[in-house]
Amino acid sequence: MIDGLSLPKDELLEMQRRMLRIRLFDERASKMVKRGYIPGTVHTSIGQEAQVVGACMALAKGDHMTGNHRSHGHPIGMGSPLGPLMAELVGKATGVCKGKGGSLHLADYEVGSLGESGITGSSIPIAVGASLSAQVLGEKRVAITFFGDGTANQGVLYESMNLASAYKLPVIFLCENNFYALSTPSHTVTGGRIVDRASGFGMPGVRVENGQDVIAVYNAVREAADRARRGEGPSLVEVMTYRFREHSEGLRINVDYRNAEEKALWTSRDPIILFRDLLIEKGIATADEMDAIDAEIEQEVEDCATFALESPDPDVSVAFEHLYTDDYKLENVL
Amino acid sequence: MATEILMPALSPTMEEGTLAKWLVKEGDTVSSGDILAEIETDKATMEFEAVDEGIMGKILVAEGTEGVKVNTPIAVLVEEGESADDVEVSSTPAEAPAAAEEEAPAPAAASAPAQPKESRALEPDYPEGTEMVSTTVREALRDAMAEEMRRDDTVFVMGEEVAEYQGAYKITQGLLDEFGARRVVDTPITEHGFAGIGVGASWGGLRPIVEFMTFNFAMQAIDHIINSAAKTLYMSGGQMGSPIVFRGPNGAAARVAAQHSQDYAAWYASVPGLRVVQPFSAADAKGLLKSAIRDPNPVVFLENEILYGRSFDVPKMDDFTIPFGKARIWRQGEDVTIVSWGIGMTYALEAADELAKEGIAAEVIDLRTLRPLDIATVVESVKKTNRCVTVEEGWPVASMSDHIGSEIMREAFDYLDAPVLKCTGKDVPMPYAANLEKLALTSTKEVIDAVKAVTYR
Repeated sequence: MIDGLSLPKDELLEMQRRMLRIRLFDERASKMVKRGYIPGTVHTSIGQEAQVVGACMALAKGDHMTGNHRSHGHPIGMGSPLGPLMAELVGKATGVCKGKGGSLHLADYEVGSLGESGITGSSIPIAVGASLSAQVLGEKRVAITFFGDGTANQGVLYESMNLASAYKLPVIFLCENNFYALSTPSHTVTGGRIVDRASGFGMPGVRVENGQDVIAVYNAVREAADRARRGEGPSLVEVMTYRFREHSEGLRINVDYRNAEEKALWTSRDPIILFRDLLIEKGIATADEMDAIDAEIEQEVEDCATFALESPDPDVSVAFEHLYTDDYKLENVL
Repeated sequence: MATEILMPALSPTMEEGTLAKWLVKEGDTVSSGDILAEIETDKATMEFEAVDEGIMGKILVAEGTEGVKVNTPIAVLVEEGESADDVEVSSTPAEAPAAAEEEAPAPAAASAPAQPKESRALEPDYPEGTEMVSTTVREALRDAMAEEMRRDDTVFVMGEEVAEYQGAYKITQGLLDEFGARRVVDTPITEHGFAGIGVGASWGGLRPIVEFMTFNFAMQAIDHIINSAAKTLYMSGGQMGSPIVFRGPNGAAARVAAQHSQDYAAWYASVPGLRVVQPFSAADAKGLLKSAIRDPNPVVFLENEILYGRSFDVPKMDDFTIPFGKARIWRQGEDVTIVSWGIGMTYALEAADELAKEGIAAEVIDLRTLRPLDIATVVESVKKTNRCVTVEEGWPVASMSDHIGSEIMREAFDYLDAPVLKCTGKDVPMPYAANLEKLALTSTKEVIDAVKAVTYR
């Protein structure tokens, strides 16, 4: 049995750091949307930090990950530095994608993040393809793809699960079940339990009922990753979690689709507070150490916002750069 | 009365086949519905049933005979007491009955157009004196993949029916035997899924060739061709590119109607980040596919079912590649420029032959790649001829022809003596009935008429 709590202390503290980075990064991003520094909107992972970090920390260096529209947290969970991510959200030259991707298309190849897609379900087969390349090239890496309960009803998920199972590919399908597809309650549009769909494809399916417990998520994903690395094929992990904020920042939904009681219950299960309390209770870290981590990450987020705002806009000459791998000239193409 | 049994056409595009096996012998009594023989085409092996009853009088074509033309007499059925030796048999393919021809003319696209003359290209793609080998487009595509797979271990093919079955159109023939199941991968019927998996594999260090059984089915996968493959290098600020080839037959085959007869040239050519190739000849199919596989960018490679069986001379070279963005001049002329690519070239070249008889010298340009587009060669030609007709199979609205016309206006407006005319598919889904299908496609006659219009003849 895998027990994440037996990990070395520095890794446990890193879990807390990454969860805090996601929380404070997204809180800052939300403020920057409201102040007009970030155009349009962003989808935050606030409330879902344990589900993101527990999964990402269960992977190894060189593994691949694909995200979705709610995906600032995923590269952070994989270990991306915050500055280039925030600069990307603002659309600056120093952005991780040089200002050409934005909130919906963060990709940081350095940490194995193959990117995200604003087309729900689109990045699922991408991760399966990355795992196919690992299998063909004889490399021991695995891939993980994150998708929501809404996307779980996209046909491409089942095309991908079928292929992954048929070819025995080292990939993990991770369903982030936050109960709502925008405002639509998952249970009103989903037949049966998502996790049960794994058995139809001959792969193990595991549901993490308490997705606010970073260790529970870590344990489930680590087991799936180990299995994949042993060459035993794919797994489906469904993590029950909750987004504390609205579907996207600034969105006003007039329908009261989530009642106050439900919201209060879930916000009382704050993954960052739960993990802080657990580490202190188990005697792994002191309250002072945890306070120091809070202060450290607050400073990191402050610095990343400053970096983003003070960075230059992209030079207009790069508008036609990176369209093709060779030097792009308009007259060569049109 | 003796009845001739003719080589059957087992599909609308079949022109010839192999008489693989006789299941009856001379002297056997056959009834309607009995299986007479097994016929192999490049696509499949099919059983051939008797329509009439009688006695197998004489087998005219021995089993194992390859290249038996459709409508060639292959056996004679006789009645009791009759001898097959008394029957006079024509050795050439019988013409279809004239009456039927009038009622249902063969689809224009299905009849094999005349063999084009050898290129008079100003700058051939191979050294002078290179030995040429007659090769079908089908073989040329296979050879290109096989050569690149030998050269680079990361190249692999995936798609429906590509491995064990050797390809729905037999393009991947022999690849499984040579390269094994690791590199020739049968997929389920899952276009959206396997196109995405191909793109992911290309980000993970492989060079996939994704075969679509036809590009009609690639509409299921277009999200990955455009949103994932074409845009990722750009969206990621240059971190990840997609060295992948999406290939398969595109455009109208024959008598397969609206959902299976569509030319996607203009769709894909409009997408920045993609390269788009649509070859006509076997040499171009080979040289351009090899370039496509080596290209670090995503390539949409549009083939044509009707051209697969056509033979062309292909240079015998160890490594024959053709760069993208270089048009080929098939014939030179001073009176008008005809611009086409892919199967449109059959109409363009036929029209040029006919026009030559009437004293009109057409310059025929095959664009070969649509993105990048060699507009310079077209403009150069128009400056000489002062007139241009474009020929494409796709629909007329927002067509490649429209784009070419606008580029000519921009670059050579003062040289034009007539409007640029386009011959395209008609603005309708492809109808099924043979006569309607013929109307919906462009034709050699339309090209001739357009040329006469712009030359004021």
